[in-house]
Parts: sequence; structure tokens; C-alpha cells
Amino acid sequence: MFSPDELTALWLSAKIASWATLLCLPLGIATGWWLARRDSRGKLAVEVLVQLPMVLPPVVPGYVLLLLLGNQGLIGRWLNESFGITVAFTWKGAVLASAVMAFPLMVQPVRLAFAMIDRRLEQAATTLGARPWRVFLSVTLPLALPGIIAGLVLCFSRSLGEFGATMAFVGSIPGETRTVPLAIYGYTHVPGGEAAAERLAILSVALATAALVAAHLINRRAERLLGYRPHAEH
Amino acid sequence: MLSIDLEFQRGTFRLQAQADFGTGVTGICGPSGSGKSTLLALLAGLLKPRAGAIRFDGETLCDAGRFVPPWQRHFGLVFQDGQLFPHMNVRDNLLYGYRRLEPAQRRFELQPVLDLLEIGPLEARRPSQLSGGERQRVALGRALLYSPRLLLLDEPLSSLDERLKQQILPFLRRMKEETRLPMLYVTHATAEVEYLADQVMRMEGGKLSA
Repeated sequence: MFSPDELTALWLSAKIASWATLLCLPLGIATGWWLARRDSRGKLAVEVLVQLPMVLPPVVPGYVLLLLLGNQGLIGRWLNESFGITVAFTWKGAVLASAVMAFPLMVQPVRLAFAMIDRRLEQAATTLGARPWRVFLSVTLPLALPGIIAGLVLCFSRSLGEFGATMAFVGSIPGETRTVPLAIYGYTHVPGGEAAAERLAILSVALATAALVAAHLINRRAERLLGYRPHAEH
Repeated sequence: MLSIDLEFQRGTFRLQAQADFGTGVTGICGPSGSGKSTLLALLAGLLKPRAGAIRFDGETLCDAGRFVPPWQRHFGLVFQDGQLFPHMNVRDNLLYGYRRLEPAQRRFELQPVLDLLEIGPLEARRPSQLSGGERQRVALGRALLYSPRLLLLDEPLSSLDERLKQQILPFLRRMKEETRLPMLYVTHATAEVEYLADQVMRMEGGKLSA
């Protein structure tokens, strides 16, 4: 049904989106918690920085990444000379571009979930002998779970659809950085590529729908486990 | 037993409290906004006083150079609306503090507490499936099972209607008589204090007086 090239693009998309989501998860939880719970001077700056990729034209973050992490870039040259690591024009760079673009979508629901937790539940745990880390792991984190799941799904879906920043930072190299959206774009630009573009477009819609439905089901179950929904409802 | 000399300020509100509390149940009465809950939060270690000291059985919990964090004070705190963990069933709620104790520190076991508060049949339920009165009894049980050195009760009945209050008061009395646990009972309802307390103090405008 799919040609080897299309399958490669599909596999790359899955790999890059998974790594980007994995990268965003711990950082998103930490940032979401910090934004929800701490009042500090730097808060506005962090908030703006996190949200910026969402409102900028996607090429801009990609271009900034290239300036910083390209082989002649500020950090890129150092990484290359000291560790032999190249990020630009590799799948690792595509992961980074996806992660930067999807990060705001991870942070937002996580932050909201943390903000909605009644602080007195954490205080109750504290007065029952739980240290701060224990309170976080046994009370705060499980109660924020629906928000974290929502963030994961949004993050993963956004990464699957990443186009502009990826194009600017790592290009469209078959087998390395050419994910499904880039492949679709490529196919629409070559004669006779329509059929492949259509197949991949339909596949994208199917995947996105499946992800949203799965997220919805997981979320319902999580809410029930947390007692937000009565059992009688199912 | 417990002796305090505290000063605390938040905005324009100022709290001053100097007192020695005996064993048994001490009632602290006062209108809402008088600083009763703040006082309990200071004792539990959830707030830091601006100045002053808290001593319990010869141990300094808080003074100019020392602040014992709440998780090491070993005081139980029961909130107005229970604050049961919504993602755990009743049993796991009850055992939350208990599991954090060394076996030698455990003065109460699950079964007697279930019997005392008549919550045995609720063990497998989630907090969302409990009535207000049941929830509050579970909250009492959870604090008890942590075998606290002192039990702080912050208006534990105020969210319940009159009928439920009358149902739970005997449980509190039974708790007092069977456990001999020292308690500080904060409320704006003098009737509760008359029924339970061995001594009564008043709190008004941030000032505690005998």
C-alpha cells in the first residue's frame, strides 16, 4: 500500500515525535509546576520564552536553532569540536525543532492541572509525615495526571505535524529528517507525486484522529481513577 | 506540654499568641477571621512565625534559629472539609501517615480505628462516594492512625449540618476518652467546645487569651 520511501517517512515521524515528546515530558512537568507554584521575577520572562514559538512564524525558531546549533553556530561549533556531536541536518536536530515547537502545548495543560490542585491536600500530606518529594510523587503528580496526559497528546500530535522549524533547521533529507509532512510537501512538488501525497495526507488525518480518541479515553479513565467522575457513569 | 509565644504578620493582620496548653482537649473559640486557623497552621509548621518560639514536651520546634518542618513535627491536623486524597480509596487515605511510621511508633492499628469511627464498610470507597459526615470521620481516622503527639482540629464540623454534627461529636468524645490524645480544637461554635473541651481559650482580632 505504501512505498518504501513513504514508510521511511512514517517511521521517521513516529521516531522523532516520540523522542520530542519524551524530551518535553520532564521539562514540561518541571516548567508547568514552576509557573503554577512559584512567584518570582523571572516568571514573565520564562512564560514569554516558552510561549514564543507558538506565536512566531515557525521558520523563525528553526532559523534561531540553526544560528545557535548549526555547525558554525555558537553552541553547535563547540558541540562539534568538543564532543563530535552534529545536530543540524540530522534527525536529532529534527527532534529538537519539534520539541521547541511543541513545548508550549505540553506546558499549558500541565501548568493548569498543577494550579487547580488544592494546596491543602499537599499540606495534609505534609502533616502526615510526608517530605516534599514524597508529597509531590504521591499527591501532586497523580492529581495532575489528566493534565499531563493532555499535554503529552498535544505535544506528540504537534510534533507529528512539525514542518516550518524542521525545514529551516534540518532540511528535508530522505531517511534522516524527511518526516511525513515534509514528504507530503515534497510529493506535491514533483510530477506524479499526487497519489503518494494523498495517501500520506489521509494517513495523517487517521493518525491524528486516533491520537485524539485515545487521549480522550485515557483521560476519562484517569479522571475516574482520581474520583473526578462517579463510577456510575460508565 | 505545649507552650507557645508567637508573633505572625500577614498584610494588616497580626497574630499574637502566648499560652501553655495542658493535656486533654483545649478548645479555642473565636469568630471567623480572628486567626484561629492561622494559629493551627503555625503550630503544624505550615507557616513560619515572624518571631517567637514553640516548645513541645521539652523539644524546641521553632525559635529564632530553629524551624522543625511540618513532616517532622508529628502533629496531626484535621481540616474543615477533610481534605481526603481524591485519588486514593478510604483505606489508602487512612494508612497514608501510618505507612510512614516505624512499627514501634504506631500507637493505633487500622481495625480499632475503623471500629471506633464506624467506617469499616467504607474501606474500598473513594472520597467522592462518601457523604460529608463519612468523609470527616475518615479524616479523623487518618490523623489518628498517624499516631500524632498532638491533634490539631480546625473547625472539623463546620462544613456539616446540625444533624451530622450531633452524629460526629460523640465520635470525637470517644476519641478523646479512648486515646487520651492531647487536642487543640478550634471552632466558632461554643457548644462543641463545652461538650468536648477541658479548658477553653478565646481568640479575637489575632490575640489569644485564656
